[in-house]
Amino acid sequence: MPGGPARYAWIGGRRHAVAALPSLLRKDVVVSDMALGAQSAPGAGGRRRVGSFGDKLFAALCAGSGIFVLLLLGALIVTLFIGALPAFMTYGAAFITSTDWNPVEGRESFGGAVAIFGTVVSSILAIIFAVPVAFGIAYFLTELAPQWLRRPIGTAIELLAAVPSIIYGMWGLFVVVPFVQVYIQIGLGEYIAAIPMVGFLFESRFFAGTSLFTGALVLAVMILPFIAATMRDVFEQVPPVYKESAYGLGATRWEVMGGVVIPYTRISVVGGIMLGLGRALGETMAVTFVIGNANRMPQSLFDPSTTIASIVAMEFPESLAGSLKQSALFALGFLLFVISFIVLAASRWLLRSRLK
Amino acid sequence: MNRRTLLLGTGAALAGSAILRPNAAFAQQATITGAGASFPRPVYDRWGAAARDAIGVNLNYQSIGSGGGINQIRARTVDFGATDAPLTVAQLTEGNLMQFPTLMGSIVLIVNLPGVGDNQLRLTSDLIVDIFLGRLRRWNDPRLVEANRDLRLPNLPVSVAYRADASGTTWGFTNYLARVSNEWRDGPGAGTSIQWPSGQGARGNEGVSNAVRNTPGAIGYAENAYAVVNRLITTQIRNRAGNFVSPVMETFIAAASAADWSVPNMAPDTLDLPGANAWPMTVGTYILLPTNPPAERVEASRNTMRFFDWAFRNGAQIATQLEYIPLPESVTNVIRANWARQVRTPTGGAIWTA
Repeated sequence: MPGGPARYAWIGGRRHAVAALPSLLRKDVVVSDMALGAQSAPGAGGRRRVGSFGDKLFAALCAGSGIFVLLLLGALIVTLFIGALPAFMTYGAAFITSTDWNPVEGRESFGGAVAIFGTVVSSILAIIFAVPVAFGIAYFLTELAPQWLRRPIGTAIELLAAVPSIIYGMWGLFVVVPFVQVYIQIGLGEYIAAIPMVGFLFESRFFAGTSLFTGALVLAVMILPFIAATMRDVFEQVPPVYKESAYGLGATRWEVMGGVVIPYTRISVVGGIMLGLGRALGETMAVTFVIGNANRMPQSLFDPSTTIASIVAMEFPESLAGSLKQSALFALGFLLFVISFIVLAASRWLLRSRLK
Repeated sequence: MNRRTLLLGTGAALAGSAILRPNAAFAQQATITGAGASFPRPVYDRWGAAARDAIGVNLNYQSIGSGGGINQIRARTVDFGATDAPLTVAQLTEGNLMQFPTLMGSIVLIVNLPGVGDNQLRLTSDLIVDIFLGRLRRWNDPRLVEANRDLRLPNLPVSVAYRADASGTTWGFTNYLARVSNEWRDGPGAGTSIQWPSGQGARGNEGVSNAVRNTPGAIGYAENAYAVVNRLITTQIRNRAGNFVSPVMETFIAAASAADWSVPNMAPDTLDLPGANAWPMTVGTYILLPTNPPAERVEASRNTMRFFDWAFRNGAQIATQLEYIPLPESVTNVIRANWARQVRTPTGGAIWTA
């Protein structure tokens, strides 16, 4: 509807219209403004009419798009919840704590504890692996790297985020799994299993290489770019005068990082980590390839496990419509939604000052 | 969340393109749609291509999995459903469906043991059960050595690999384990997916075979067709008659002919049969056909039967080429008789009259 000429007339027309029409001082001033300029350009003497059909249509479409997102989100939650209701009714809160997942006909028993545990532990491990590296990247990019190198590395990090997750899955299966199997489990397994107190975490009788640990490793690479990019952005927002003051007092780079940059950006950094955590929680394909898909509570980091997203992807196609199994999968999906929602909401809240 | 939506979208797009594929030249041909098991898909695809030229029936088959096939035919969104795990008579009656087998396939054990060649390792049912229960931990266990005196078994841990996605292959394999062992029957049980006591899961035949190939000391199960095409190392198994048999067409056909096909749901027991030469893990794959098609679907129902009739007469060679087991002729005659008897038009007439 708004043609080419209208845009040229916009700026000139705007001032005029604001002066002439008090109604434009309402809060929808921007929308009306633009439409107004678009509308009236061809009109005589630059007079503009407000509230014509086009304006209202445009405003309604914009508002509709906004509300549509809310409705969509609501519909998703409701659909998941309705699908999950039979499982919640059957098992109640025990669904979350039961480690049993038995889809065999006649002895169905479904509990989400293994999948929830696997999801949370693999994601947290991934954070543990990814955060130090992400910090290193961000520190290097903002403080150490020469100017000409910052852009290529920054772009490479962002490109990592664009790699499809199935590619990470294949890479994980063909590169990371044999690596973990040969060099870590078989090569180092006995030594790390002998560490007092925590050795049991590494002692496994599964030697296939697909494990909670491998899943977390692949996840760490996947979420690395998100955390690194957020950290770089927030580090860059530290006012130079703060850092220069510290340098002026004779602080080293490390002291500036520890004493000025980190305290200044602390909350935002945690928000960025939560963002990565949110992504790790919902990751499906890459994890499915490397985590071993075993519905048993893992006894060690090298035992196979499963995640919510993985179990839903595996079991859903073969679950009969309306069966308790399908409902249990819906219930797991609902729980994943809740967990992701909490994590992402926390991240938004922590990042609120940076996202304005 | 986005990613999953995308995935579903891609699936829908693929399914969509499968529907669109028949080009305009065949527009005058009759199209039948089916959905379900992925196990027989290679054969159905080849049959479909051949039948299009031979009898003018154009098959559109989507391998969405057995569970999906059952869901789709219950909702009557397709002309026939396909499943690896057969339905019981009660389930068939409830859904107004009839069931018939089309092909048989075998399940084989695949291993990765350095120094052990194809079909050299000899396993008894007890050993298989104990391996998959996680009880036999090392390959040089005295019981394994005892059964394989002519082999040098390595001192490696036993790594079990299984299908993590629900599948007909798992259904067949776990039913075999439940048949030969009460402990398995009362413990993990049998189904398209079960609670495995040990091992690691992988997705699909390719996932399991990859897990086995990557891990020295691994053992898993796969469809024979997949194992042959990918040259996987398989094993001998001792059958019920006490003979060690290798997974070859001869032992598969011995199993097919030892089955009792006259059972009402046409899904006989094909596991662990008594024949001297019978492979113990042979399973059928089945078609589900509505017994009460509405008037506008009668023609599609007739074409479905025409298609499979043609396939039973002319498709055996295609099936054996792809390492599947065609049905004996006595069985296909029973199927035709059941079509004539069970599938009715809304007015009560038989649809299959040939």
